[in-house]
Amino acid sequence: MSDTTTQQALPTGTWGADTVHSTVGFAVPYLAGTFQGTFSDFDARLSDGVLRGTAKVASVQVKDPNLEAHLQGPDFFDAERYPELSFEARDVSRSGDDLTISGELTLKGHTEQVEIEGHINDPAADPYGGERFGLQLETTVDRTKFGISWNNPLPSGDPALSNDVTIVVDLQLAKES
Amino acid sequence: MRVLGISGSLRRDSHNTKLLRAAGELAEAEGAEFEVFDGLKAIPPYDEDDDVGDGPEAVARFREAIAGADALLFATPEYNASIPGVLKNAVDWASRPLATNVLRNKPVAVIGASTGMFGAVWAQAELRKVLGTAGARVIEVELAVGHAHEHLDESGRPDDPAQEEALLDSVRLLLGELVNAEVAA
Repeated sequence: MSDTTTQQALPTGTWGADTVHSTVGFAVPYLAGTFQGTFSDFDARLSDGVLRGTAKVASVQVKDPNLEAHLQGPDFFDAERYPELSFEARDVSRSGDDLTISGELTLKGHTEQVEIEGHINDPAADPYGGERFGLQLETTVDRTKFGISWNNPLPSGDPALSNDVTIVVDLQLAKES
Repeated sequence: MRVLGISGSLRRDSHNTKLLRAAGELAEAEGAEFEVFDGLKAIPPYDEDDDVGDGPEAVARFREAIAGADALLFATPEYNASIPGVLKNAVDWASRPLATNVLRNKPVAVIGASTGMFGAVWAQAELRKVLGTAGARVIEVELAVGHAHEHLDESGRPDDPAQEEALLDSVRLLLGELVNAEVAA
């Protein structure tokens, strides 16, 4: 798909994430429910029709510091060797307020093509005298393709943790220029 | 490069300690320093009440030995299909506090021997899991010496050429991880 399509699907100009009012997280089926976490240190930018995002994996937040330590270790994100995950998208198509985005996700040194379903809230004036728009993005990836294959069998013998992880991103992007 | 060997068996004539010493000779031939930790028996049972400051003297010594090594090579026997308690206990001490412990990102490899036919494969698998949970960088190596009383010679070398090769591969993979880490840095 061409950049022209991207320009039509997403606003033109340069927009940066308001990280306080944005969230980058993940959800993974675990035991009897869905386990969720977020990354507190991230950034996202739309510029020249290209949407880019990064997150520091050492900033992973869950509700148990011991689990955060495990997630930062080589069993999972390996923050020492791969401190950042990143995403870049150039192909965006729009139907109504729904988006389909094709991009590349890099995690733990592995880069994979991903297809993302999204929703856009078009630019509007914000209370601070600026302008912002919203993106809600979601994609499900097989974590083992990124070298994150940790698991632990339940007493039944089934794996405790799903390989499919849903990445959930809610961005508010404020106009910079 | 300094490699610390840790045997899960305290017995004087332990097959795993012998295997570890054989691995140590190979590591030294590859240019690394190698030392077998000899203080496992002195480490008390884990008690959070005692885990203050540097902890008990034997624990502090163990943690220092790990911190001072570039990599760890474990050789474990198998007790009741799992890790010997004394070794698990020592790793539990080393793993605290989890977020900043001395095992974090430390390259480690696990090998093992048993007098049974399976060569401590279950204990090895569980030890890898435990070390990974503690935050160590667990290197994928494979050496399970079964019937160790028949298949290790006096110096701890397996008499099976394929297993002797696997021992050398294990050492080289562990040392290679250190070389890769230096390149990456």
